[in-house]
Amino acid sequence: MSAAVTSLLVMGAVALVFGIIISLAYSKFRVEVDPRVEEIFDILPGVNCGACGYPGCQNYAEAVASGAAPPNKCTVGGAEVAEKVAAIMGLEAGEVEKVVARVLCIGDREKSVWTADYDGPQSCAAAHVAGGAGKACSYGCLGFGDCVEACPFDAIHMNDKGIPVVDEEKCTGCGLCAEACPRDIIIMEPVKNRTYVFCRSQDTPKRSREVCSVSCIACGICVRLAPEGLKMEGNLAVVIDPEKVTDQAIEKCPTKVLFRI
Amino acid sequence: MELLVIFISALLINNFVLHYFLGICPFIGVSNRLDSAFSMGLAVTFVMTIAATVSWLIYYLLLVPYHLEFLEIVSFILVIASLVQVVEMFIKKVSPPLYQALGIYLPLITTNCAILGVALLTVLKKYNFIETLIFALGAGLGFTLAIVIMAGIREELEFADVPETLKGAGITLITAGILALAFMGFSGLV
Repeated sequence: MSAAVTSLLVMGAVALVFGIIISLAYSKFRVEVDPRVEEIFDILPGVNCGACGYPGCQNYAEAVASGAAPPNKCTVGGAEVAEKVAAIMGLEAGEVEKVVARVLCIGDREKSVWTADYDGPQSCAAAHVAGGAGKACSYGCLGFGDCVEACPFDAIHMNDKGIPVVDEEKCTGCGLCAEACPRDIIIMEPVKNRTYVFCRSQDTPKRSREVCSVSCIACGICVRLAPEGLKMEGNLAVVIDPEKVTDQAIEKCPTKVLFRI
Repeated sequence: MELLVIFISALLINNFVLHYFLGICPFIGVSNRLDSAFSMGLAVTFVMTIAATVSWLIYYLLLVPYHLEFLEIVSFILVIASLVQVVEMFIKKVSPPLYQALGIYLPLITTNCAILGVALLTVLKKYNFIETLIFALGAGLGFTLAIVIMAGIREELEFADVPETLKGAGITLITAGILALAFMGFSGLV
């Protein structure tokens, strides 16, 4: 009983003394900072995703207040936040183009070939290091969902066949999923672009055909039909201008890996 | 002579990182670059010395007279957390460049177990006030030494051809282990 009372008193006294010291120190050593930093920080989403190029929202707020960064770098907050931040700074907001993640692989469990069983750690990064978890294609999606775990906005989910699907509404374009993907299948693209070759395979045409039914086999038909819309990068056709990819090119793709979403 | 032995022993032989394996978090986390590792080391030394001496005062002037020795961990944590707060505000006011250099490391020190370890060990070893001061100083400088050596090695490692699976944390931990082995060589010093 007495020990409880004395410990309560002593600890209370010590805590009180330290509390007073801290509050005194705070009032004595307070540093005036630009009040706009705090205002901007309050408006920012506060998720510290780093999409703006700064380590966190605090750093970005400081950079904007000091004039080092434009007010429209926050892709998470979008146009709304950019306008408010610009209003504080007395600037024009400028356009914030909505960017979303695109998953460039549709080789799900049914369409691609799997040659081995894998029961190691259930993550793409581990499976990738271990040679690909038995998926024959060494470029395709492994399906363990590292991207799903990386997403702070619940905007990417695995479908029932093991390919991640991006929820465009929720996706803020922070790019954390693209970073998490060991196979670089996920790219960040303006939301208005909707036409892609949904494959990243650089395998030879023969090998591509063997390992996946929906891979780019580098036949070059789409590039011939729409030379301004696509080009070959090694063994892979890549969309360079979605506007100029013709319907005919999409139709003629033998593996149906070039399409619009 | 006694004080020198305490100092050398805390600095090299019973090095806090490489012998006690305390404070591994900043040791691994902040040893990417030499200059930030050095700042971190100095910040730890600074806080460690103050925290250990104030903890010593609290223990022998408050806890022992009232027979409250069982509260040492709680009160030491309180001391360390408050001190770091005050030190942070003080540095922010007095020397903005130093504050910029230390950055997030200062608040990180609050949860550094090496600091609490020093405070607890001074009680365990029944050091007097001067010995506590020397011990904490040695321990802090030992931490600085270890983290600076580590950062130096890691800067060189950037250019090394590390096997894919060992990149990052793996090779860092192996390096730390070998470094600890090397420090074992000091054990016959005193």
